[in-house]
Amino acid sequence: MNAFTSMSVAILRGFLRDKASVFFALVFPLMFLVLFGGLLGDQSESRVNLVQVGEVALFDDMPGPAREAFEDTFEVEKSDDLGAAIAQVENGDADVAVEMRDGEVVAHYTQTDQTKAAITQGALRAFVDGANVAATGGPPTYTLTTERVEDDSLSTIQFVTPGLLGWAVAMSAAFGAAATLQGWRQSKRLRRLQLAPVTTRTVVAARVAVTIGIALVQMAIFVGLGAAAFGLQLTGSWWASVPLLVVGTLCFMAVGLFAGATTRTVEGAVNMANFLVLPMAFLGGSFFPLDAAPGWLQAFSKVLPLYWLNEGMLDVLVRGDGPAAVLVPMVVLAGFAAVLTLLAARLFRWETK
Amino acid sequence: MAYGELRAVDGVSFEVAEGEFFGILGPNGAGKTTTLEMIEGLRKPDAGNIRVLGESPWPRNASLLPRIGVQLQASSFFERLTAREQIHTFASLYGVTAARGDEWLEQVGLVDKADTRVEDLSGGQTQRLSIACALVHDPELVFLDEPTAALDPQARRNLWDLLSGISRAGRTVVLTTHYMDEAEALCDRVAIMDHGRILELDTPAALVDRLDAPVRVIETRGTLEDVFLGLTGRAYRA
Repeated sequence: MNAFTSMSVAILRGFLRDKASVFFALVFPLMFLVLFGGLLGDQSESRVNLVQVGEVALFDDMPGPAREAFEDTFEVEKSDDLGAAIAQVENGDADVAVEMRDGEVVAHYTQTDQTKAAITQGALRAFVDGANVAATGGPPTYTLTTERVEDDSLSTIQFVTPGLLGWAVAMSAAFGAAATLQGWRQSKRLRRLQLAPVTTRTVVAARVAVTIGIALVQMAIFVGLGAAAFGLQLTGSWWASVPLLVVGTLCFMAVGLFAGATTRTVEGAVNMANFLVLPMAFLGGSFFPLDAAPGWLQAFSKVLPLYWLNEGMLDVLVRGDGPAAVLVPMVVLAGFAAVLTLLAARLFRWETK
Repeated sequence: MAYGELRAVDGVSFEVAEGEFFGILGPNGAGKTTTLEMIEGLRKPDAGNIRVLGESPWPRNASLLPRIGVQLQASSFFERLTAREQIHTFASLYGVTAARGDEWLEQVGLVDKADTRVEDLSGGQTQRLSIACALVHDPELVFLDEPTAALDPQARRNLWDLLSGISRAGRTVVLTTHYMDEAEALCDRVAIMDHGRILELDTPAALVDRLDAPVRVIETRGTLEDVFLGLTGRAYRA
């Protein structure tokens, strides 16, 4: 094995045998993917729980097509006890209790869940109106047809996968570089390597190669799990995310070097990296879209490297943009990488005192 | 060589002959490690001239590096590798075969610890592995920085044997220590340093002879350490 290969193997072994590193690079971000993809993924409203008290002619005599629509909206449970039914609504076990009072349909509901309350009222009114029209025997004067328009906004999994992947890559690259710089300085391993006939370039290249390899594995796992379990669909130029991810990895290794160079212990370096990356994940749109954020925050996010990584990943992975969409993010990330590396080199001190 | 106000090493001059076993003695903070680091080429002296095997070690001299072997004070291992993986990595950094690494593992008595991770080695085993890593490429000149610090008597005596063997094989060895008995047992010549200066430099015997003060001679049948080792044996302990 040549020096580059054996250094890379040594570093990779060190990473794979460190359970904490593997957890934070792979398992931890995946937990978020499962959380966001699984829990927030199904945003379609569930049916309204309706408790029917006694006989309600409106429901019981509903004609076929209307009944189908009705059952799409309501989950009906029958009861003879009005008090118990209202209690069910009060403590949230049901959404609405309906009784018939001398030809009048009375619905008891709460405002706790305003969306459900609105759906309940609107739907019930529609069914009452429909029954009234039907009772006249004539055709309705107006009919309403609704058509769904495809919107540009992304479903949950389409949005969270690129963002969480960007965050995961940023985190493991920054933590890895920060811990390596401090750990190797303290154990004098950097000194020892200086005294071995290997160039700095070989040492740095080995460390970078391992980190990029880890980033690509992260991407494969994220995209694979997203597609297999949560219905993620990649768009045409998804492959353009690979070079973007590589530059993003370099950029966040530079963030890690900066964190390592400005601190004195491994713990301090990792904490500093966390301090830089975690707020960036929130403000750079890794966890939720910034479309609804105030203007100043949207403007501020553009000075964060993670914003550019996220945008580029979203563009090519799920928004269907062409490969050119990653060019600007790549240039910005490379710029951050260069500046932060230079800063780190200026701030790095061999001695702790 | 100065760190801010502190002159860590100040006007130190000495020469080490080929094949010599040279000791730098001194209390903690005397400037031993800094001196060694300047000779190895890790630090630039503020003033003066250093030649190692006829070449200048600063700036980093790539043609010199394969000819010298270095053991640093802190264990400069790769994390979470086994002893064998460790020495194989160093072997490949120096462009020698893995088999040579295995040979050195045997020479320092670590064959049964070959699959143990470096974090799980004892102090003595760590030092032996780090010396093996320093010698894996068969250097002409070896620097050892306090190799026996914090070792038990068994490990220390065994390490002495190992170091004598290295020296007998024709290598030049430069060693720092603050143990006098170690310097006496191993070194051809010693330099005694304090506050960044060399106070005396000669063979251990000559330095003792020169001692002018009245000396109380205790019968030289042996030391308490010999008693201890006689009772507990010299085999390596964990």
